Amino acid sequence: MLESIIEIFTNPWTWAHYWDGLVKTVQLVFISLLVGGMLAVPLAIMRTSRNRFINWPVWAFTYLFRGTPLIIQLYLIYYGVTLIEGIQESIWWELFKRAFYPCLIAFALNTAAYTTEIFRGAIEATPRGEIEAAKAYGMSWAKRMRRIILPSAFRRAIPAYSNEIIFMLHASAIASTVTIIDLLGAARDVYARYYAPFEAFISIGLIYLCLTFGILAIFKQLEKRLLGHLQPR
Amino acid sequence: MFDFDGYGPSIFGGAILTIELAVLSLALAFILGLLGALGKMSRNKLAKGVATTYTTIIRGVPDLVWMMLLFYGGQILVNYFFEWLYDATDGGIDIFFSFNEFLSGVLTIGFIFGAYMTETFRGAFMSVDNGQIEAGKAYGMSSLQIFKRIMFPQMMRHAIPGIANNWQVLLKTTALVSIIGLADMVRLATEAAKTTGQPFKFLLPVALVYLLFAALSDVVFRKLDVRYSAGVVKG
Repeated sequence: MLESIIEIFTNPWTWAHYWDGLVKTVQLVFISLLVGGMLAVPLAIMRTSRNRFINWPVWAFTYLFRGTPLIIQLYLIYYGVTLIEGIQESIWWELFKRAFYPCLIAFALNTAAYTTEIFRGAIEATPRGEIEAAKAYGMSWAKRMRRIILPSAFRRAIPAYSNEIIFMLHASAIASTVTIIDLLGAARDVYARYYAPFEAFISIGLIYLCLTFGILAIFKQLEKRLLGHLQPR
Repeated sequence: MFDFDGYGPSIFGGAILTIELAVLSLALAFILGLLGALGKMSRNKLAKGVATTYTTIIRGVPDLVWMMLLFYGGQILVNYFFEWLYDATDGGIDIFFSFNEFLSGVLTIGFIFGAYMTETFRGAFMSVDNGQIEAGKAYGMSSLQIFKRIMFPQMMRHAIPGIANNWQVLLKTTALVSIIGLADMVRLATEAAKTTGQPFKFLLPVALVYLLFAALSDVVFRKLDVRYSAGVVKG
């Protein structure tokens, strides 16, 4: 056991492979969170609308994406995109023939659905008095949203959103099933090369653990700064 | 219509397997969650430490990493153990135990959700009125009796929403066993999709089945909620 640990972890190939995997995982998670977050803001506003024709489609979107496993969404997009008529001859094929973009789309849509519901909850928790005060000042709907509702809603959403980030980090491990070499993909390669499941998967598990604790620590600081007024004394 | 090019019956079998996997995992998670919660609330430092380490490590690492560790590593560990047993008994005990995908799936999902259940149960136990427990003691009940007659039934009322939540996530997590090769409905549908080149035809119905399971379990949990809230006036 000890010999194989030394053999695996003194080989620079292992570390280079792990580093590439880490970069890929961070890219995937970061970009999909960014895109998903940007989609979620307008969707959450639509979701709180009283107009059924605006509210209902967003409800259907979040229900479908939150009610089915992410891996099915990934497979649908990954295998489905190749079926689009003529895509293999178009310039888009350069993007989609590798798994990265289909994967990014699946992750972004999935996190958008969860984030929409988080933001919706935060928007609906806006104290009534604040909205009434804004109305009394003669603010328009857009101004109210921008100045009053959204800033405080984003703050309230921080604790739930930090959970979503960790969820996304962990869920991103399924990218390794569609040929992407992310962190878990790198561990699977190390496993296949040395036939050493414990060394490969425990080491990668520790890296995920460090990432998780890192994110939690950052958000703890953020909550202290931005949510100080809501902390119990 | 439900033939799906002849793949229908096998995918239906996969759906049954998904349910079996989910229910067995939930049972394991339930027991581990109860033990974990009791450990976390215990005054015994060792029990507290074990329970805290368990929930922290499990929740910090992706489920798929645990699953692969157990699936690829589990057989090696089991082999070592039985080899040792064989040597120790001079060949008296000769067992070969195969660590299959189903067992890895149940163990991993059970252990992961056991950690989440621990938090659910801990919160629920803490919302049981202390006076109730004191009353139990005053009646001369043993701690086991207090647990069985007073804590558990009242704790469940607070735990039901959390259990329902965990169950919905667990149900979707079962799809991951398709990666380690278990023939659940996701794997069967994916294989059919690859063979026929029709991903939508096979994967969309499977997605619908997950939605159906989620909706059905919602109904069941609402019933359970009513049952365990007997005698509680809701505001």
